[in-house]
Amino acid sequence: MSTPSLSVGSDARAGVREITMAQAIREALAEEMRRDPRVFLLGEDVAEAGHPFKVLSGLVQEFGPERVLDTPISEAGFVGIAVGAAMTGMRPVVDIMFGDFLTLAMDQIANQAAKVCYMSGGKLRVPLVVRTTLGATRRSAAQHSQSLHAWFSHIPGLKVALPATPYDAKGLLKTAIRDDNPVLFFEDKMMYQVKGPVPEEEYTIPFGVADIKRPGRHVTLVATSSMVYVALDAARILAQEGIEAEVVDPRTTVPLDVETLVQSARKTGRVIVIDEGYRRYGVTAEIAAVIAEEAFYDLEAPVRRLGAMDVPVPFSPVLEDETVPTPEQVAAVARELCGRA
Amino acid sequence: MYELMAKIRAFEEQVNELYVTRRMPGLAHLYVGEEAVAVGVCQALRREDYITSTHRGHGHCLAKGARVDRMFCELLGKAEGYCRGKGGSMHIADPDSGNLGANAIVGGSAGIAAGAALSAKMRGTDQVAVCFFGEGALGQGIVYEAMNMAALWKLPVIYVCENNLYNEYTHYRETTAGDILARPRAFGIPAEEVDGQDVRQVLAAARRAVARARRGEGASFLLCNTYRFYGHHVGDVDRSYYRSKEEEEWWKRERDPLRILRSWMVQAGLAEEAEFERIEQAVREEVLAGVAYALQAPYPDPSEVSQHVYA
Ligand SMILES: Cc1ncc(C[n+]2csc(CCOP(=O)(O)OP(=O)(O)O)c2C)c(N)n1
Repeated sequence: MSTPSLSVGSDARAGVREITMAQAIREALAEEMRRDPRVFLLGEDVAEAGHPFKVLSGLVQEFGPERVLDTPISEAGFVGIAVGAAMTGMRPVVDIMFGDFLTLAMDQIANQAAKVCYMSGGKLRVPLVVRTTLGATRRSAAQHSQSLHAWFSHIPGLKVALPATPYDAKGLLKTAIRDDNPVLFFEDKMMYQVKGPVPEEEYTIPFGVADIKRPGRHVTLVATSSMVYVALDAARILAQEGIEAEVVDPRTTVPLDVETLVQSARKTGRVIVIDEGYRRYGVTAEIAAVIAEEAFYDLEAPVRRLGAMDVPVPFSPVLEDETVPTPEQVAAVARELCGRA
Repeated sequence: MYELMAKIRAFEEQVNELYVTRRMPGLAHLYVGEEAVAVGVCQALRREDYITSTHRGHGHCLAKGARVDRMFCELLGKAEGYCRGKGGSMHIADPDSGNLGANAIVGGSAGIAAGAALSAKMRGTDQVAVCFFGEGALGQGIVYEAMNMAALWKLPVIYVCENNLYNEYTHYRETTAGDILARPRAFGIPAEEVDGQDVRQVLAAARRAVARARRGEGASFLLCNTYRFYGHHVGDVDRSYYRSKEEEEWWKRERDPLRILRSWMVQAGLAEEAEFERIEQAVREEVLAGVAYALQAPYPDPSEVSQHVYA
């Protein structure tokens, strides 16, 4: 990550301690588990091992193996078990080690968890959180690098959160745990060590509220997850050329804060949407379409999109680096939109 | 067989070296300690027989006939790698040696192996397919779904479960209920347990399974008890919270598959110590030459990134 510490966005304030994203997530889980005995964790190697990225270390020591459950390598099985537990009074938080392994549990998430509330006429609810990762650039190759959040954003009945900062991660995760619906919570595995200000006192961040990570007036960069950092880097490049980019982070793709996005589009008249999912049929397409529908007559140029290349993520560093949007690419598109190319 | 095991050992130690000196990108799951399983099983196969492999797959690839230099090229993301640098350590495939690919999804190849066996049967060849997997894959439903069909359709597939005791950082007894052998047996698939550190035992059992498969009698299951000498992956250095130093030392001292074969051969008067020294020297040289070649080999052209999405 090019930016080790992020103190931007509307919620950042001076004088607050800085912690990593991993710590922020751990704090959110610990606080919610203390507050509500129904909250429990399950997943592969989550207990003693504290998760391969060490995000969960210490939790089994505090809450015991009854509330921090190591599962077999059985994604469909343990997600299904979590759905059943959620329907009957518990509030499970499931860990899917890599986002790619969501596909093994797809039926349980898309056909079961997402549908239960609706099919039961609102009589049953599934207060389930599925925490998982997205993002390439770890040289992990095609089965450990995908950003599949668009798939889940597509399914009615699921909510989808994509925190970019430690502050957002903590506040959004607490909201996710308190939500009565299944929430897919995507963490970028390159960002666990990113630091940022997080207050000591309790707070939550409501879903469906975008955050302006940097204000600007010439072009809007709508960016999710680690692409927020790419957008901020691009904004710094552009600022040197007199182009003031506004960086808007939706934070949740479902629900989506259409109003803030449209307001920003109206203000700047130019929008680039950047997301690390595959570009085709992706989150960028949805956001671009919404903005075009709502703010067409305020736009000075067509909405542009940048996403991961539509290829399986390659292993070789020289190839992998080609697949993810870069600040330079974002800046180049912004210059084109602003007539400075 | 000793030579192949020694080659895998030397290869893996070199991978470790590449990794800790930060010359290798990505993840590396070492096979050291488990060499007798891959070698014993693959020795019972022909080149045109199939295997599917796992995230801990270097040993399977080499045992089935992959070359050291091209494997290093793949591990370093170079153009001459088996997958042109696109697959890396966890995805090496080499159809020329019957290797349908390593898989980074635990249990992910159970269907592929049974499918290859179905295809061999439909095409009327007497090829067999071996599905290598760790005991962690016993948690995955697809393993059982595929086994059910393999048994129903008498497919020439051999399930080789490498039980190295740990699923990542958790002992398999905490994740695996009941008797492992009872699982294939429930489908009517004959299953046997072998000492995975003794290559002669593995070979004998594999030959029985292969013969059954070629006779059209269907699937078999081999439970090979083994141990990984290193961590789950190269970055897994502090292992004390899930397994003891004494346990590791004991396996390395008493249950090293290379030493077991070597001392048997010496005692049986089949070979002299000097012979083994010579073999080890030769494989070390092959490995050093392979890695030197791969280190200076070119990367693929960035334009290759969008090639091979479709055939
Ligand atoms: C479906 C899936 N879930 C989780 C993982 C992460 N993972 C990689 S290896 C591993 C443990 C595998 O243990 P085992 O099958 O016994 O093989 P071993 O590593 O011992 O050879 C896990 C959980 C994965 N690769 N795929």
